[in-house]
Amino acid sequence: MAELLQIIISGLAAGSIYALAAVGFTLLWQASQTINFAQGEFVMLPAFFVLVGLGFGLPLWAAILLGLGASLLILGVAFKKLIVEPMLPHGTLPLVIATIALGLLMKESVKELYGATAQPFPAIFPQTVYNVFGASVSVQDICNLVVSMLAIGGLQLFLSRTRTGRCMQASAQNPAVAEILGVDVKRMVMYTFLINAALATIASVLISPIYLAKFSNGETLGLVAFIAAIVGGFNQIRGALVGGLLIGVIDNLSAVYISAEYRSAMPMILLIAIILLRPQGLLGTKEGRTV
Amino acid sequence: MFKTLLGTAALALALTATSALAEIKIGSIVELSGAGAASGTNFRDGVHMAFEEINAAGGILGEQVAITEYDSQTDPQVSRAMVQKAIDDGVYAITGTVFSSSTIVNMLVAQQAGIPQFTGSEAPKITQMNNPYIFRTAFGSQKGIPKMTKYMAEEMGIKKVAVVWANTEFGKGGHSAFLDEIGNFGIEIVADIPTEQAQTDFSADVLKAKNSGADAVFVYVTEEESARFLREAQKQSIGLPLIGETTLIGAKVIELAGDAANGAMGHVGLTAAADIPAVQEMVTKFTEKFKYTPDHNAIKGYTAAYAIKCVTEKNGKVDSQALADAMHGLTLTAAECPGVLMDVSWDENGEMSRESFFVEVKDGKQTIKAILPPN
Repeated sequence: MAELLQIIISGLAAGSIYALAAVGFTLLWQASQTINFAQGEFVMLPAFFVLVGLGFGLPLWAAILLGLGASLLILGVAFKKLIVEPMLPHGTLPLVIATIALGLLMKESVKELYGATAQPFPAIFPQTVYNVFGASVSVQDICNLVVSMLAIGGLQLFLSRTRTGRCMQASAQNPAVAEILGVDVKRMVMYTFLINAALATIASVLISPIYLAKFSNGETLGLVAFIAAIVGGFNQIRGALVGGLLIGVIDNLSAVYISAEYRSAMPMILLIAIILLRPQGLLGTKEGRTV
Repeated sequence: MFKTLLGTAALALALTATSALAEIKIGSIVELSGAGAASGTNFRDGVHMAFEEINAAGGILGEQVAITEYDSQTDPQVSRAMVQKAIDDGVYAITGTVFSSSTIVNMLVAQQAGIPQFTGSEAPKITQMNNPYIFRTAFGSQKGIPKMTKYMAEEMGIKKVAVVWANTEFGKGGHSAFLDEIGNFGIEIVADIPTEQAQTDFSADVLKAKNSGADAVFVYVTEEESARFLREAQKQSIGLPLIGETTLIGAKVIELAGDAANGAMGHVGLTAAADIPAVQEMVTKFTEKFKYTPDHNAIKGYTAAYAIKCVTEKNGKVDSQALADAMHGLTLTAAECPGVLMDVSWDENGEMSRESFFVEVKDGKQTIKAILPPN
């Protein structure tokens, strides 16, 4: 029982961070039909902005703010203006390829400018561990889970309860009608990119103390987040959340009870099962497109 | 007149070409990116520092050494291509690679070309393939692990152990050497946990080891994974001694794992903490030059360079075949070749033998618990 509890807590803590990245996937897809294959690198990069800040002698909180600022600028504004806007008129596929190229560029740039070895990243939360029903529960895991949930919950509230949030939803659902109704669609899409950059920064700061900051971290994260988004439902934020958590827990469960050797195959098996049985994802809605 | 001019010009050109060729080319093929970057960078920097010293002191047999660098990307196939490229570039000897999965593949290329290769890899198989051109710079795990297992059983009284190992050529080598050895000391394996290269999440692995009822955990994964494992073990309050080889307690692991590395123990062939003046001097120079503390891989690279220098000078000629021939059954003492830092021997298979250390990490530093004799 204690073992199961431990697995679930560790799985949820990791899964909540996958969910942050997965939510970013779904947001960009809904707002601008962008499938961002550089999403993993978007999560990898902010940690290095923070490390640069720390290198200049900034305290951790200030370095994180600097990281957030740099991410909003580069991963939000510059990404939209320099990559998405010029590529989108050519269709989804060229944009997908452009994001793959962007991911490679980001990865190689970090390797070139910061080094190929992993870097230690300071822990944001205390390393204290409590014993709960025989399971070792670390404050870090719980805090990671809480911060991720607050970020996603806050985003949901923002989208459903504020005027700007509803305008963003309207722009995502039907940009032409939204524009006729006076919504500044371009600005709403920009907000989406900024939110994605902020979510990526939160995920990066939460995950790097455990995974260490390394240029190649995005490879696994990007894939897991993509699978989480598909499993949960590519067009629903709550779907991405469920997908992320589910993959985190299933990964740990399979590593302990089935086989550590085949653990990385489990998300793929889940992905295949979902595509075969419920293509719209667990919580997704069916979407028709004319071809 | 014209003919004379032409002849003089041709002679001048030939002389220029000769002097351009009169430098000894060394191919440094290491992991500068990918999962092995921590190890590869250390090894590379060790090689560079040694050859810079050698060049400053007049080179080898009066010739300067030029290092050509190749990044294996921690990918066996890329490493193979890079070794071929180095051979095409006309290298005298090769230093690297460090990751066994790569060395196993690329050493065959160097063998075919008859180029001596000084590897930092520790998988037992490397010196069991009858390759007369491969030489270790630290002994293989089949030599290190028996020393460590003996210490675990006799000094620490360990009866049951959980094994966490990398499912790679390096990890498989260490795993099977450990399995072969524990029977001699009555140690039982209660959990056998393979992990993947570049694995990031170790929560399930730590949990399995923790709940296995083991007296200690033997961790045999590479540096960055070791750091992640140690961090997770601290997070789950594992409460068991964590014992490993050089890869668990190296300087890079301590830097990455921070506090979580304290208490980890292991057997190292080479350590910056060794109370040997030559090692201390090398570590000080390295730290000043590269602004980080070298680990065992840097010392491997450094001693490889000096072994090449000393043996070439012994031979009196720059000849790859003569270098390989002379290395077999050779003992280099630190007195005759100070750069090798400690007395060292190579057998007929290129396997090496030397004193080693059992260390524990305390306050972020390796401290020596015991000196283990050569075997």
